Amino acid sequence: MNIPSNLKYAKTDEWFNPTDGSAGLSDYAQGQLSDIVFVEILVSVGDTIEAGKPIASVESVKAAAESYAPVSGKVVAVNDGLADSPEILNSDPYGAGWMVKIEGGDASGMMDAAAYEKYCEERAH
Amino acid sequence: MNFIPISPKERDAMLETVGVKKIDDLFEDIPASHRFPKLNLPPALTEMEAAISLGEWAAANETTRDLVSFLGAGVYNHYIPSAVDHILRRGEFYTAYTPYQPEISQGTLQAIFEYQSLIAALTGMEVSNASHYDGATAVAESVNMAYAQFRGKRTKVVISPTVHPQYRETLRTYVQGMGLELAGDDAQAVTSDQLSVISEETLISLVDENTALVIVQYPDFFGRIFDYTKLIEAAHGKGALVCVAANPTTLALLKTPGEMGADIVVGEGQPLGIPLSFGGPYLGFFTTRKQYIHKMAGRLVGETVDNRGQKAYVLTLTAREQHIKRERATSNICTNQGLMALASAVYLSLLGQTGLRQVAELCYHKAHYAAGQLSKIPGFGLCFADPFFHEFSLCCPRPVEEINAHLLEHGIIGGYDLGQDYPALKDHMLLAFTEMNSKEDIDYLVDILSEASHD
Repeated sequence: MNIPSNLKYAKTDEWFNPTDGSAGLSDYAQGQLSDIVFVEILVSVGDTIEAGKPIASVESVKAAAESYAPVSGKVVAVNDGLADSPEILNSDPYGAGWMVKIEGGDASGMMDAAAYEKYCEERAH
Repeated sequence: MNFIPISPKERDAMLETVGVKKIDDLFEDIPASHRFPKLNLPPALTEMEAAISLGEWAAANETTRDLVSFLGAGVYNHYIPSAVDHILRRGEFYTAYTPYQPEISQGTLQAIFEYQSLIAALTGMEVSNASHYDGATAVAESVNMAYAQFRGKRTKVVISPTVHPQYRETLRTYVQGMGLELAGDDAQAVTSDQLSVISEETLISLVDENTALVIVQYPDFFGRIFDYTKLIEAAHGKGALVCVAANPTTLALLKTPGEMGADIVVGEGQPLGIPLSFGGPYLGFFTTRKQYIHKMAGRLVGETVDNRGQKAYVLTLTAREQHIKRERATSNICTNQGLMALASAVYLSLLGQTGLRQVAELCYHKAHYAAGQLSKIPGFGLCFADPFFHEFSLCCPRPVEEINAHLLEHGIIGGYDLGQDYPALKDHMLLAFTEMNSKEDIDYLVDILSEASHD
């Protein structure tokens, strides 16, 4: 399982990059969902969002899930490319699979890589 | 297979668990005198006696087999080739519930897939779902879809008052509690003058940036044909979607709503090989464009290949449905109208493109012949000057109820009384014509009405 150390993680399995404000779905989450066939970003550029509110709807061959805002802030970019190739969420969740960029997000309440790894391991049992 | 769900041993274990000795103990709260009250029933009949008695009751009904019918208003008396019923009644298809498991249901799934392909071709659209209950629910599901497409951010639906009154009633029931505004749904305020011009401008003026969906009917409830291309362009200009509720027979002859640019095309599939049967079961068809497929309600069958490379059919894109997406699904109805969808697929396959077009042409020409003859009778006249398909509104010199009673005495089921839904259309009768009405039938109708105008 890939858990980059420069990112912060939410209990609902989203990652957040405090440096550039990007956010997406963790490697653990994409693995649980299996093949993702549809992604719909539920927020638009300019929206003010609140941590814990839905930002995206994701459908895989076996499940449907929502992705939640890991931090509060203002949406400054949305990854439009995901709609046409949702499989990027499986193949590159931390890179091309970013979902939104959030300005002004405070990641202090989020888990670091080590804590998130432990959190994922706990759920595996 | 044994369908008794529990053995006596299992039952005893369950009774012991809940703390009673026998099943009867569970009913103790109901007074003994009310548990098995003596029913005042006549002596039981033998099967032979019951069959005779039921047959006599059935024979007391007067149906379209005994009478000449000019009643339409949403359901139409078409000829159904006998092969339709024979195929429907095959044991493989004739089940109480549609089995969707691909391992055991390739025939059922393929039938639905063929149905979807035929309906998509007929409406000029890209994708059809596996069907809904009837035309009214299909219209209502179009609102659910548009609402989901805009994620609840657009809260207005514009509907023409010339959409079927029962569709609008069903829609009003569906949108209760959704916080949606229905604009244009006001038959009371519509005068007969306005109705004849209720056109693009009237509806377009109601469409704004908050409008999720515009709904029109084709032909409209009064049988009239309009090209909705301009209306659709105007609605798209405001970012709204457009749903056209269409008569499938019409589509074999005229420009399809798909060609006009509609985003959703729905309708009552009854004219495609489904009998009138006192109001149901019927068939709601639902089509849309590929880009909206994830917001579409209902089931969807797709074609694929199995692990041996053979063509196979499966339910597809099910993650959008309620059993997976729960409260976030577009609709909480996944049921399709499997047997009726099969009936329409068989009907369409038997008639083919040419056959269905012939049916549509017969309907069109008979209705136009009738319109010409009926409007010559003193006191009667066509209400609207607009082009129409196989149904039109006739202004009458007397209440429709009286005229219909007179027609029935002569073995004719008359038209629909428009005054019950549109107060301004008092003494207006909606008459429908299909291939089932011969020229002699129409001339007979004209004769009886001519007599009536002299009374």
